[in-house]
Amino acid sequence: MTELLEQIPRLRPGFRFQWEPAQNAHVLLYPEGMVRLNDSAGAVLKEVDGQRNVADIVATLEQQFPDAGSLEGDVSEFLKDAEQQHWIVFS
Amino acid sequence: MTARHAMPAGDRPGIGPPLWLLAELTYRCPLQCPYCSNPLDFAQTRQELTTEEWVRVLRQGREMGAAQLGFSGGEPLVRQDLPELIAEARQLGYYSNLITSGLGLTEARVNAFRDAGLDHIQVSFQASDPELNNAVAGSRKAFDQKLAMARAVKKAGYPMVLNFVIHRHNIHQMEDIISLCERLDADYVELATCQYYGWAFENREGLMPSKAQLEKAEAEVKRYRERLTASGSAMKLIFVTPDYYEERPKACMNGWGSLFLTVAPDGTALPCHSARLMPIDFPNVRESSLHSIWYDSPGFNHYRGDSWMPEPCRSCDEKDKDYGGCRCQAYLLTGNADNADPVCSKSPHHDRILAARKAADHATAGLEELTYRNADNSRLFFRG
Ligand code: SF4
Ligand code: SF4
Repeated sequence: MTELLEQIPRLRPGFRFQWEPAQNAHVLLYPEGMVRLNDSAGAVLKEVDGQRNVADIVATLEQQFPDAGSLEGDVSEFLKDAEQQHWIVFS
Repeated sequence: MTARHAMPAGDRPGIGPPLWLLAELTYRCPLQCPYCSNPLDFAQTRQELTTEEWVRVLRQGREMGAAQLGFSGGEPLVRQDLPELIAEARQLGYYSNLITSGLGLTEARVNAFRDAGLDHIQVSFQASDPELNNAVAGSRKAFDQKLAMARAVKKAGYPMVLNFVIHRHNIHQMEDIISLCERLDADYVELATCQYYGWAFENREGLMPSKAQLEKAEAEVKRYRERLTASGSAMKLIFVTPDYYEERPKACMNGWGSLFLTVAPDGTALPCHSARLMPIDFPNVRESSLHSIWYDSPGFNHYRGDSWMPEPCRSCDEKDKDYGGCRCQAYLLTGNADNADPVCSKSPHHDRILAARKAADHATAGLEELTYRNADNSRLFFRG
């Protein structure tokens, strides 16, 4: 876990994350594809900027959602999943 | 955490917004692929939409919720206003895809498109087949341009997305094609067996692989995919197999008028890029707004829902899965677009698919016997 916390996620080239009013959701757009994200996935990817590491992102989200308790597990799990889907890469 | 949501609602009950807009900018093209999906009579097409008309279409589409935008054709690069349209698309918030043969592309243009905000370029290896043979065989004179452009695309920071049209004359080269892609460091590779519409339907017998060829190719792709996964490669391999070898049809376009909206070079709005061949009066963006076209036109409402279905689809418990298949295919193979897609083994016309499979086992036509997509041949079709 500690290892992952220090890594910096960023979107893969060709991927764009944006808010779509017509779908009332964040989406991830990529070559000829689109994934409509649920609120929590949207909240995490919104913080993925290629600058901050996972620990920073977890801290930011915990500040945004003070009632949610510890988010480290959920966020890490989602980011690992996103990496497997080839949406993001870690550096 | 799962990432996916249900589909969004549109402006009419039961009709979602057109999330996908395909802008066929022109039918002009320097190539003559015998499997082109353009209409047979493309040479008769009225005047192309102007830049201002396209801009209006893009704005209206975006307002309705379209997020994915494809620029295709013909060869979209022949439109001199492409950078302008790309910039407009970017400013509106589209994710824009350019589908090109790579002919007429230069490194300078790739960079100019990137600066204008283009998101993705797909280079299609659609030149005539001897060139493909040469390329995978190692002598690749004619392929140098495409390869150079594929590299330029990657160098400009884009993912490299390559598309190969597969048919009976190159399906035995699967491994070679994939390994070429691997050497190029491609990110996405689509191996697309021809779909039999437009010119490809005309040439079906000369293009359709046999069952044995297909099975061999599938096994090769599977092996290669396992190798890629084992080596941790992120190259994504998509093999589109011909539905003629299925027993159930594809859920064409995810349902008629449900996600996709195509605008043809002359402004005709279509639920899919092949639909033009059907005897339906489709609306034109020169005469109506995209909103009224999508939600209210008879053309787009024609095959929405399922009340139009005859048997066997009407009483079939799978109709929510495949919507009765492809309307164009039903029309081409049975003469009536209402019918079940003959790919379905429950269709009373399934024998036409079986006959095509049988023909593919015995076909002998060489590449030189195919009808090539060019203006002269197109005028012949128009005269009928
Ligand atoms: S399929 Fe071939 S002929 Fe048709 S538009 Fe594409 S490159 Fe041109
Ligand atoms: S009968 Fe019609 S709805 Fe049923 S599986 Fe066949 S094509 Fe689909």
